[in-house]
Amino acid sequence: MTRLGRMAWGLVLWEILCGLALTLRYFFKPKATINYPFEKNPTSPRFKGEHALRRYPNGEERCIACKLCEAVCPAQAITIEAAPRDDGSRRTTRYDIDMTKCIYCGLCEEACPVDAIVEGPNFEFATETREELLYNKAKLLDNGDRWEPELAKRLELDAPYR
Amino acid sequence: MSAFLQTDLGIAILTLLESLAIIVPLLLGVAYLTWFERKVMGAIQLRKGPNVVGPFGLWQPFADAIKMLFKETIFPTGADKVLFTIAPMITFGLAVVAWAVIPVNDHWAVANINVGILYLFAISSLGVYGIIIAGWASNSKYAFLGALRSAAQMVSYEVSMGFVIVTVLMCVGSLNLNDIVLAQRHIWFAIPLLPLFVIFFISGLAETNRAPFDLAEGETEIVAGFFVEYSAMTFALFFLGEYANMILISAMTTTLFLGGWLSPIPFAPFTLIPGVFWFLLKILVCLFVFVWVRATLPRFRYDQIMSLGWKVFLPISLIWLVLTAGFLEIFGLLPHA
Repeated sequence: MTRLGRMAWGLVLWEILCGLALTLRYFFKPKATINYPFEKNPTSPRFKGEHALRRYPNGEERCIACKLCEAVCPAQAITIEAAPRDDGSRRTTRYDIDMTKCIYCGLCEEACPVDAIVEGPNFEFATETREELLYNKAKLLDNGDRWEPELAKRLELDAPYR
Repeated sequence: MSAFLQTDLGIAILTLLESLAIIVPLLLGVAYLTWFERKVMGAIQLRKGPNVVGPFGLWQPFADAIKMLFKETIFPTGADKVLFTIAPMITFGLAVVAWAVIPVNDHWAVANINVGILYLFAISSLGVYGIIIAGWASNSKYAFLGALRSAAQMVSYEVSMGFVIVTVLMCVGSLNLNDIVLAQRHIWFAIPLLPLFVIFFISGLAETNRAPFDLAEGETEIVAGFFVEYSAMTFALFFLGEYANMILISAMTTTLFLGGWLSPIPFAPFTLIPGVFWFLLKILVCLFVFVWVRATLPRFRYDQIMSLGWKVFLPISLIWLVLTAGFLEIFGLLPHA
């Protein structure tokens, strides 16, 4: 088409009308919005959310204080202190995760030889103060107790790929 | 009672009530236009838009208004406080004042004056003052750039808008908005004057600084243009003014080209519906197109806006004016009102 022809064609606004027709079609399409607090997206079994310390079915805590997670943590968010317990087994006396430092990489759960520290499916743990995000051992064990059914299921679903 | 209404005081009270009857629905209209825009834009972008505050998010405008009221108005250091405060008032005031002559139904206008369209045109031209003053008084480079762009743009597009209006006036033979609507009883001017209708609407987009001509506030280049420095209620007034102007331009389009309050289907069941309904419906359709265009088209470049205004719209509207005049003269259709 010549330059003049293109100009004349432009005056008809054809391409603008095509664009408007496209957006009008989208206007009537079903919406992609998820009504968040009421509807949620499905998450993968590998989803890296809030941390939890798991226990064995008999109630004994899994963590053996090997400190592999503390060593591997790239953000140095984990602090562990350990001492032998009265029965002679090695246990942590302190297990802190600074959730404000954590980058949710999941290396701690990969490093763990006994599947004690895991990242769970929960991502809704926003708090009103910063101090509430400095998790200690009690808080992590409590998370483990609360999410255990789902944590076990997630590990089982992901096991074939490990 | 009717004797009292003839006195000065009576006329003053009546005018006040009439103005309130325009301003209150207008403010509500503006509030819900923001909601409407967010809903329509959302739908086009496959979102839902506001839907949490009240049923279908209908209380959202009020939540926003309350938020705006409780925020702090910040005066930038170096700003001219008086002009800085007056600018949003001018913008909003002019957007409201123009409504005095718009006929909502047959002879339903606060002032049914014989130079109605001239008054509208004058008021909409004054709108640029609010913007220039805001840009100047802010003492900020972005605000100033935005104001300059906006002024240049509004002046350019007013010229072709003027020629479009003159063409319509030629077909009607009156400057009275009521007569302009009544002259469209047989056929809306949008059909015989289609190119002018399109030019008028696009100029209207430019006149109200709406996308794709919103480079007066182009976020990507100059933050928010002339109202960068404004916050809280002063910002809200600019916002209200912009949306009131959108409704005003839609009302002008409706009056000049879409038969005002006249029913689109000229027989029994439809002509019985009050004209206000048709008028509002037509405005709503125009506003939908405003939002629809915003959701579709990207922003023009500055030189493109200028060349569109001066090199395309101006010649076309001028040529069309001459052609229409010739056509009316040859076929003896010139009105002799």
